[in-house]
Amino acid sequence: MADLRTTIGGLTLKNPIMPASGTFSEELTEVFDLDCLGALVTKTITRGKRSGNPVPRVCEVNGAMLNSIGIPSKGVSWFLQNTLPLYRDYEAPLVISISANTADEFARFAEEVSVPGVAAIEVNISCPNIEDDGKAFAMRPGATGDVIRRMRSATHLPLWAKLSPNTGEVVEVAQAAEEAGADALITANTMLAMAIDSRTGRARLGNIMGGLSGPALKPITLRMTYQCARAVSIPVIGCGGISTVDDVIEYLVAGARAIQVGTATFISPSTMPRLIRELDEVLDARGLRSVDALIGTVDVTDEAVVVAECVR
Amino acid sequence: MPASPCVVPDSIPHPYSIHEVECRVKTHDRVNGEYRRLVLSAPRSVLDCEPGQFFHLLCPQTEGFQPYLRRPMSIYSYDRIRGELSFLYKVAGTGTGALASLQPGEHLNIVGPLGRGFEIRREWRRPLLVARGVGLATLAPLASECARLGRPLTAICSARSPDLVMSTDLFRSFGAEVITVADAEGNSDVGSLTPLIEGLIRTRGIDAFFTCGSTRLMRMLQVIGSRHGIGGQVAVEQHMACGIGMCQACVRPFLRDGGAVNLRVCREGPVFDLHEVL
Ligand SMILES: Cc1cc2nc3c(=O)[nH]c(=O)nc-3n(C[C@H](O)[C@H](O)[C@H](O)COP(=O)(O)OP(=O)(O)OC[C@H]3O[C@@H](n4cnc5c(N)ncnc54)[C@H](O)[C@@H]3O)c2cc1C
Ligand SMILES: Cc1cc2nc3c(=O)[nH]c(=O)nc-3n(C[C@H](O)[C@H](O)[C@H](O)COP(=O)(O)O)c2cc1C
Ligand code: FES
Repeated sequence: MADLRTTIGGLTLKNPIMPASGTFSEELTEVFDLDCLGALVTKTITRGKRSGNPVPRVCEVNGAMLNSIGIPSKGVSWFLQNTLPLYRDYEAPLVISISANTADEFARFAEEVSVPGVAAIEVNISCPNIEDDGKAFAMRPGATGDVIRRMRSATHLPLWAKLSPNTGEVVEVAQAAEEAGADALITANTMLAMAIDSRTGRARLGNIMGGLSGPALKPITLRMTYQCARAVSIPVIGCGGISTVDDVIEYLVAGARAIQVGTATFISPSTMPRLIRELDEVLDARGLRSVDALIGTVDVTDEAVVVAECVR
Repeated sequence: MPASPCVVPDSIPHPYSIHEVECRVKTHDRVNGEYRRLVLSAPRSVLDCEPGQFFHLLCPQTEGFQPYLRRPMSIYSYDRIRGELSFLYKVAGTGTGALASLQPGEHLNIVGPLGRGFEIRREWRRPLLVARGVGLATLAPLASECARLGRPLTAICSARSPDLVMSTDLFRSFGAEVITVADAEGNSDVGSLTPLIEGLIRTRGIDAFFTCGSTRLMRMLQVIGSRHGIGGQVAVEQHMACGIGMCQACVRPFLRDGGAVNLRVCREGPVFDLHEVL
């Protein structure tokens, strides 16, 4: 049996598999023992109450889905009183995902949720559904740095910044988060997308646009994981389209220290425990003692035949 | 460090109530031009279900159809002794189109049982079932349960044309008085059904409504129910992703504690109090 442990900043996880925010809730206790997971990550909450977006909130596209759930939230006091206690008896560290409209509000919120039982705060600065046309903080290095810096002075808990695939400045945003004091990065949230019914001409989501997730997203978020792991020294957590153990290995090899599973849990609710078991088997089969032995081992040596350069 | 053995094989009894299992197709038949009945051989673990609950089906990938998300389907019947679970469905699009290709002997991956089913309250002695189209699939196990509890049953089955009205024999086998109506006969609209139902309240002492399959009929029953002080339950539908309560895709507004709240059809439903649906 290989050592599946991994460390994310100051936190040691017993394995690198955890749920992605918004695709996990306490209902999964009815499917398997949550304590087998490396960590537990809650749906993003906001301080105040929000009702979320109009329905239909989901639709499927080739091998993937779009969602425009928005962030329905019962508010922070409801969360602290009702949701938090549900996770008290689990060993797996609890990561809570939060969102806010301004850097100040993020900081105040971080302080409020820095309570016993919370192991880390995931900073959702990348939800494409909450602001106009996906103009999230994580689109720009300046706005990202601002949010993380304010939060850093408001809490001692580890801060995990969740990045967006919608920005053209992936590396700059990642570095801004690191510089401002983030303890880890998550690559990444969903990609802003759209679907139209060709027969009726109608947008297939009530909110018109939504976030793409599932296997179709993987090449993009895998690329971001690789870019970020090279550009920063804090741990990177891969997320996007993971459903098989090969997907997990690809992210680890690209440089991720852990991974999050989202949409795959909808297709098979026992995906995460299966991936933990299969990762263990693959490491054994390859004679590797630990997950660490895979992280960042991507082979980019140039063995390809060099193509002739066009001179004319 | 040992990896925790957190996946318990389904052959071993375990405390988890939602199961993901592969079921062998026993039979798969056309019921009429539009509907099919799919009978699965199912393990005991998923047969602790109740009328009104549903399963989430991983429809197969075929040449013509590649569904990605699961599709929700009401339990049409379940039989613990024979180890059978069945669904009655209408081919609507990609998912059900792929489902229709399943042959006996092949396997289907299902997750469930899911959601909250019907509750036949003690004071509801003479229920009326009002089913439209495939809503009948959802009400069939309820009819069986009413028969078991010795509740005299009346059922109105509605469809576009008389040949699409299904399962009337099944309902009769549960001792139900069955009334069929059809659009083609001009007797299925609210204007015709309202006096019919108010007549049944007088003559048969109907004291509860159960319905599925039509928003129009649900609204009609809400109106009649309010007028006569009759309650009941309705099974509603919504687009789903996870089916087990995690994603908030399937919400609809309901009246609870004097205000409108969004509830998850897959979790707080799919069966709701007739008068709380907005
Ligand atoms: C709790 C529940 C129980 C159901 N029970 C039955 C049943 O017993 N028999 C039956 O024939 N049908 C039933 N339905 C409806 C059935 O789920 C849809 O007909 C089916 O999902 C259509 O999928 P499709 O890919 O064939 O159609 P498409 O129209 O191609 O579907 C496209 C998308 O819309 C979604 N969708 C379409 N119609 C519905 C709908 N009415 N409800 C929810 N999502 C929908 C699909 O899941 C899919 O994501 C039930 C729905 C729910 C929510
Ligand atoms: C229905 C749904 C809801 C989501 N809600 C959130 C959320 O509240 N906060 C967040 O940071 N990410 C949210 N996400 C994004 C996921 O956490 C994840 O980043 C994304 O889906 C990519 O991973 P996947 O391809 O494995 O699903 C949501 C995704 C889905 C499909
Ligand atoms: S379908 Fe996910 S919460 Fe209902």
